[in-house]
Amino acid sequence: MNTKVTIAGIELKNPVMTASGTFGSGMEYSEMTDLNLLGAIVTKGVADKPWEGNPTPRVAEVYGGMLNAIGLQNPGVDVFMERDLPFLEKYDVPVIVNVCGHTVEEYCNVVEKLNNSKAAMYEINVSCPNVKQGALAFGQDAKVLEETTKAIKAIAKKPVIMKLSPNVTSIKDMALAAEAGGADAVSLINTLIGMKIDIERKCFVLANKTGGFSGPAVKPVAVRMVYDVAHAVKIPVIGMGGIATGEDAIEFLMAGATAISVGTMNFIDPQTTAKVADGIEAYMQRKGVEDIHELIGCV
Amino acid sequence: MKSKQKATIASHEQLAPGIYSLWVRTEMAVDAHPGQFVGVYPKDGSRLLMRPISICDVNEDRTQLRLVYRAGGNGTREIATYAAGEEVYLLGVLGNGYDLTKMQGKKVILLGGGIGIPPMLNLAKELKKQGTQTVTVLGYADNKLFLKEDFDKESEVLIATMDGSAGTKGTVIDAMNAENVTGDVVCACGPMPMLRAVKKYAEEKGMTAYISLEERMACGVGACLGCVTKTKEKDEHTHVNNTRICVEGPVFEASVVDI
Repeated sequence: MNTKVTIAGIELKNPVMTASGTFGSGMEYSEMTDLNLLGAIVTKGVADKPWEGNPTPRVAEVYGGMLNAIGLQNPGVDVFMERDLPFLEKYDVPVIVNVCGHTVEEYCNVVEKLNNSKAAMYEINVSCPNVKQGALAFGQDAKVLEETTKAIKAIAKKPVIMKLSPNVTSIKDMALAAEAGGADAVSLINTLIGMKIDIERKCFVLANKTGGFSGPAVKPVAVRMVYDVAHAVKIPVIGMGGIATGEDAIEFLMAGATAISVGTMNFIDPQTTAKVADGIEAYMQRKGVEDIHELIGCV
Repeated sequence: MKSKQKATIASHEQLAPGIYSLWVRTEMAVDAHPGQFVGVYPKDGSRLLMRPISICDVNEDRTQLRLVYRAGGNGTREIATYAAGEEVYLLGVLGNGYDLTKMQGKKVILLGGGIGIPPMLNLAKELKKQGTQTVTVLGYADNKLFLKEDFDKESEVLIATMDGSAGTKGTVIDAMNAENVTGDVVCACGPMPMLRAVKKYAEEKGMTAYISLEERMACGVGACLGCVTKTKEKDEHTHVNNTRICVEGPVFEASVVDI
């Protein structure tokens, strides 16, 4: 049975990756799950300098999911390259570094530094809903997204994945813009913008007022968006949004995703990625699927 | 080693209105240290995140953990319905806990306020075991003095109640002042206004204070960066003035955090 997939020339032993921001830099979960079972690790967003993030409360539970407004707290690319990347290099897993910035220059600064590292690919976060300046702005205007992609591609020595926001009129148009800018792949969906109000205290639950909605409740939206995008672009699509089981992952593959990411469910069960990988194999076994490519975009 | 594990409920009882005591059979009891916590996962699939609950006690042969919690929200209200014999998933053991070696040979004041009372019991017990002298001040809303009898076995206990129905009327600080409580080190867990008052009190008296913080949490293992507290200095993990309560805490030396 073949579960290997390839994205921009990088082979993954299976299509299961971690969604940025839900798996730290791998270290936090390494004692609770075998990182070598993963197709790829996508790190938490890394900027050119340390970012403080937002005030607390930063997280809230909602029906079937959660809201977060972390604000991309991160130690910056220098600490990341000194501490986190060497840790991940001990494992037999491609590392995809999620890159965040307020400006095109900031994205490029991070990419330039990482060009000399063992990172396998970059995932560019142009879709964080919780950072006021920039970030989401790059992912909500097709023209800006295309230009941003071009600028990053011009200096990147590794494949570039553009991570798309679902908070747009047409995610298909955004994917086409990323493709036109030279992106090697797109990943979607980032979180949906949500809000929760504490009716007892008559205030917002999150200090940031709004937060990114994720978890099993968003899955149908994500599957639909992956389907729309996969049928519009020629580059590979990485699908995510509420994946909890192998069956969930199969839905994304059938919608047209070449690989998938587990996000929020890592918090609910640190073994989710391994269980999803097992679940995919079990499905293939049950259905007599020899090669995972038979499933990709099959509906 | 942290992990998610199935545990069995040994017993479950209500101690006061909205306050429950849950004994769970789990291997996590072997490693549990005062001030640490576990995550309890609700079973209802609409409620996904674990509920961080402090460790109140560990049984003699270290096979069970006691969790005393307030059923305040939907998740903990669901947990409150679990019966003995039922299984529940835990994530743990989480957090740093109190460093007992720093309290050796000192007189330690333990302060617990409201639902910050339970973790101080395990601390009082372990401090007694290592021969450290303690005095405990417990702050309640009213005369529903849950866990007081358990504390009486481990420490000298003073009471403060907001409504004045038992002990000193007012806060734990009011009770300390009224009773002239003195010591070298303060350990405290309780609501944020109490912890701010404890921090200020310790600064004024030139004492070391260790305070246990809480915050909305998602992962509990340092990955999501949801539960941070402001710090005076740059933190080790992110090199910013925000540090993770679930990993670097929940217990902090009060002078380190900016609350």
